[in-house]
Formats: sequence, C-alpha cells, structure tokens
Amino acid sequence: MDKQLIQEFIARRVAKELQDGNVCNLGIGLPTLVANFVPEDKTVWFQSENGFVGLGPTPTEDKIDTYITNAGGKPVTIKTGGIFFDSATSFGIIRGGHVDLTVLGALQVDEEGNIANYMIPGKMVPGMGGAMDLISGARKVIVAMEHTAKGDKKILKACNLPLTAAHEVNLIVTEMGVIEVTPEGLVLKEINPEFTVEQVQEMTEPTLIIAEPLLQM
Amino acid sequence: MNKLISIQEAVSKVKDGDVVMIGGFLGVGSPHKMIDALVAQGTKNLTLICNDSGFVDIGVGKLVVNKQFSKIIASHIGTNKETGRQMMEGETEVVLTPQGTLAEQIRAACYGLGGILTATGVGTKVAEGKMMIPVNGREYLLELPLHANVALIFANKGDKYGNLSYHGAAQNFNSVMAGAADITICEVDEYSEEALCPDRAETPGVFVNYIVKGKE
Repeated sequence: MDKQLIQEFIARRVAKELQDGNVCNLGIGLPTLVANFVPEDKTVWFQSENGFVGLGPTPTEDKIDTYITNAGGKPVTIKTGGIFFDSATSFGIIRGGHVDLTVLGALQVDEEGNIANYMIPGKMVPGMGGAMDLISGARKVIVAMEHTAKGDKKILKACNLPLTAAHEVNLIVTEMGVIEVTPEGLVLKEINPEFTVEQVQEMTEPTLIIAEPLLQM
Repeated sequence: MNKLISIQEAVSKVKDGDVVMIGGFLGVGSPHKMIDALVAQGTKNLTLICNDSGFVDIGVGKLVVNKQFSKIIASHIGTNKETGRQMMEGETEVVLTPQGTLAEQIRAACYGLGGILTATGVGTKVAEGKMMIPVNGREYLLELPLHANVALIFANKGDKYGNLSYHGAAQNFNSVMAGAADITICEVDEYSEEALCPDRAETPGVFVNYIVKGKE
C-alpha cells in the first residue's frame, strides 16, 4: 500500500469506533481523514477547538467565509445545528468530558498508554496547542498512525520523548492492526490479514498480548 | 460617553516592557490594524500572551519578525518559523502552555480568581515546578492567572458603549481576553453609534475601555 492508501485504511477503521450522536475532535493530518468515513446511518458532531461544534466540509471557492476556519486556519463550513463559541467554552467542552472521542497522531505511544506528540527537544518544538487538553479531557483517546516511522518503532515499552499526556490512550490503530491499551499490557485485537502476528510483534517493542479470537481488520 | 479612539492613540497605550494580550487564532479574529500600527510604532521588550504566534506575514507573527517580544506565552508556535528560531537561539523566552489552560488562566485574571485547578499537563513538562493539589482523589495542577497591561482584541461588531458581538470562529480568545488587562482595546469591522441588541452581544462593554475602527 502507498502512503495515501495506508492512511485511508487506518482512517476507515477508526471511523467504525464512532457512535451515533458522538462529539468528536480530530487532530490534523491522518486523523482529519476519519470525517470522510462516517457511516451514513450515524450523526457525528465534529468539534473544532478554535470555537465551534458542527465542523463541515471545505466550501467551494465562492462560499468561503474568512471567519469560518478550522484549527489549522483553513476555510471550512458549519453544519445545521452547529454553534460557535469562545476558547474558554471550547475547552470547557474538551476538559469537562463532553468530547466522546478524540483521534490524534503520535510520535511515540507506549504500553502504559502514555503518548508523545508535541515536541522533539532541540529539533522541533511546535507546541501542544490543544492536544494536552484533548487527551486528558476526552472520554476515549484513539491514536491513529502508521505503525513505524521509516522502520523505527513508534509503539514502545516507554516513550522517551516529552509526554503530551500520561496513561490516557485507549486504542491504537495502525495499518498493521488494532491494539487496545489495558492494565495487563497491549492487546492485539485485530490484524490486517496482509501481515502475520510475528510481523506485527517485530515492529512493536513491548510484547503483545494476542486476543482470542484475533479478528481481521 | 464614547469609547471610540484612533488606532494611533490605541497602540500608544502600549509601552516598552508591557505584557500584551492579543486575540485571534492563527490570525483569524486578530486585530490586524492595531498589529500593523504596533509594528510601525516599534515598541520593544514586550511579553506576548496569545494562542499562537501566527505566521511570519499574518497576525502577531509580524511583531515576532520585528523582534518586539522578549517573551512569548502561547500554546502553539509551529506555524511561524521565526518564533522557533528566536527560541532556539535564546533571543526570546517561549512558554508553551496547553490551549485550554491558557484560556482559563486569562479568564481567571478577568474574573478575579486566584488560579484554576486542571488535570491537563499532569505527568508532563508542563507540571514542572507547579503546585499539585488533590481533589476527590484526582491530582490537579494549580495554574495562576495571566494578567496583562493591555489587551488588543477584535470583534466583528461593536457599539460606542463597548459592547461586542462576533461572527463565525472570530470570537476565540477575544471575549476571554476582554477585561483581563488594565486596558482592553477592541478593533471592530463594524462600528455602531446605536447600541447593539442586548440579547445578541457576547462581550459586555464593562470589559472594554476603548474601541477602534478596523474598517473606515
């Protein structure tokens, strides 16, 4: 699979976690693609941390409103039933547990549910934006990412980059499989049939617990 | 009573060494005319409190490029490479703060609170040097209020009483910052001598000292 297909494959699987009526916040990059795969029979409210619920698709050129933008500053639309508000309300929604699900990318994630995704000391320090609030405030945290970074493992025994949040990740979805974070360790629940369990384990630092039955992704 | 002043008069209230809050989210809903005037005025050694540091040619990013800040408190600086350069080379101190914490710290200053307790940042670098307070078995960080000398904000509409209303996602940090500084100045796209509908104004004029016209 090329990069685009891998990302779509991951996004399609994450979308299956969405429940009717959920309020959901998607990170930039791969997680944004999840919005393209919402099941037709479900209504999902996407929250935009810059100040609204009801994030809709990109408008056509003639419909652009310069004040209706997403958290990346790009023009978007608001759906019927959506509402705008200030940053304190936006983060009250996030921190108060009113976001059911957040989907984010990660530089590293570990078997204790720790996640690092906002800085590489001395190299890249963009800042956490709303990520720390989202990860500690949302009811369910899903990491959606490619399993490795150019062959380097990203699912580790312990993150060695500065953490964005500790013990908050619930589920990891990659092109190889679906992994749940449990008190006993990481449980491989689903596997992409293009890979064997041994191959998934080889690309994952901690020892995986294999679910029975192990489902196909 | 009329709170309307000129853009020049507005930015002259910002002095060297001041703490300045500026509204907007990646330049959306920022007071662009006042930012341009502050760049022209060249006031230095400022501390910036803002969601982000904009882009090199949009929003507060122009002030960063003009080296007017000695310290920046923001949640995200990734869209302005000049901020990153100044931080890496030790020219400007950068304090990265989770976005929700930043909003609440500003709100606390406006609302007269002694601080806020939040679980965001527990177990991360953000918690270093801060007081931890347990409440009902969960650990919280004590985050202190962030107050400024001057808040420069934006609203789509404002009346001569200082009441403000917003459109789309322009509200973001603007209504949170109103009243969190000694002096709050709002730039508006649409100024009205008539009062805004009291049911439709999001920011009460009590928080706003001055209004400037962003569009003539």
